[in-house]
Amino acid sequence: MDGLLEAIDLECVRGERRLFAHVGFRLGAGELLYLQGGNGTGKTTLLRMLCGLSTPMAGEVRWRGAPIRGQADDYRRELCYLGHPNAIKEDLTPLENLLATARLVGETLDEDAAIDALEQLGLAGRADLACRYLSQGQKRRVALARLVGERRLLWLLDEPFVALDVAAVEFVAGLIGAHLQRGGLAVLTTHQAVPIAAGATHELVLGDLSTGGSATT
Amino acid sequence: MIAFVRAIVARDLRLAMRRRSDVVSALFFFIIVVSLFPLGVGPQPELLRTLAPGVLWVAALLATMLSLPRLFADDLRDGTLEQLLLAPQPLGLTVIGKVVAHWLVCGLPLALLAPVLGLQFDLPADGLKTLTLSLLIGTPALSGIGAIGAALTLGVRGSGVLLSLLVLPLYIPVLIFGAGAVDAVATGMASDAHLSLLGALALGGVFFAPWPTAAALRIALE
Repeated sequence: MDGLLEAIDLECVRGERRLFAHVGFRLGAGELLYLQGGNGTGKTTLLRMLCGLSTPMAGEVRWRGAPIRGQADDYRRELCYLGHPNAIKEDLTPLENLLATARLVGETLDEDAAIDALEQLGLAGRADLACRYLSQGQKRRVALARLVGERRLLWLLDEPFVALDVAAVEFVAGLIGAHLQRGGLAVLTTHQAVPIAAGATHELVLGDLSTGGSATT
Repeated sequence: MIAFVRAIVARDLRLAMRRRSDVVSALFFFIIVVSLFPLGVGPQPELLRTLAPGVLWVAALLATMLSLPRLFADDLRDGTLEQLLLAPQPLGLTVIGKVVAHWLVCGLPLALLAPVLGLQFDLPADGLKTLTLSLLIGTPALSGIGAIGAALTLGVRGSGVLLSLLVLPLYIPVLIFGAGAVDAVATGMASDAHLSLLGALALGGVFFAPWPTAAALRIALE
């Protein structure tokens, strides 16, 4: 299996503490990687390294065989990152948020498609309400509505299921599953065990420095 | 590329409209600070006319400072800044869009208010005209240079004071040429040279300052 996304010997140091070292994995088309580990083991940091927001202390991340540092713009065009904060504006409505985010990351999204995406996530009738009035779970749904029409190859999702109810978790897991079926790649951090239909599922457990935390299937 | 910048400007303007209090408070600050001087100095038209350019320009600098900390802080807090960094376009373009939006909601209204406030200082008609013109040309530089400071102090505790210490010294050339233009007219000379230099600073502020700002943002999010 050739790896589209490859992490080689990544190391992260925060202050005086080494969070992880010698972390490496390969991920090919249609494959899913679960990042696991307790709080503060560096899951989010690793995800940020994968999308190029943070620079690893050592090692490198490769995309299509080349380091992501050198192909930043092209790499970002194939990447969809959903961080722990929802990246939605409290003063805008879910619809405006969705359209604005799409435009900012360089996607074309028309209004009907956006309304449809919001409806699929159970936000029908909330599309014109400022996000400030939504509950935590509903805000998360607004952020996740982006994934409905998302056709980029690599999804990096930080705790996508947090604050969601059972039905929404199932729906989002379905979205990720469909993405993998299409040959996409996904890396997600989660504390919940959510079954996702994937060609191959890898797990990477952070926080155990002795094993080096390399990927196991 | 233009469409991308326009999308950023449109988004920031819409956010500013939803949160009018932020915009209005900077403008009221400007109005009140400027209005305090005639009250404090007393009815001495000659002295007020001399003070006017400096007072109006310094008040404009301070009002701009007031609105700068929020330039990136809200985006950082809700995570949209990360998304902006991951947009396929160069980050500098994003910053240009944000600087333009900042000028539209801060610099432009300041410039448009200035002639009304200038009346309190008994400025003659051509003085008022030059004052407005100098603010129109100079305020984009304030937004652009200020963005560097805002990015450098992003996420730092007590960033407001630090931001002033960083940015106000950089505003000195803008202040000198801006107030100088109005002074020149008052003494019967042409203000062209001052305004041209202000224009150069403004172009630098809008088109060159965004790149160091972008670098500072990347460091802030590291």
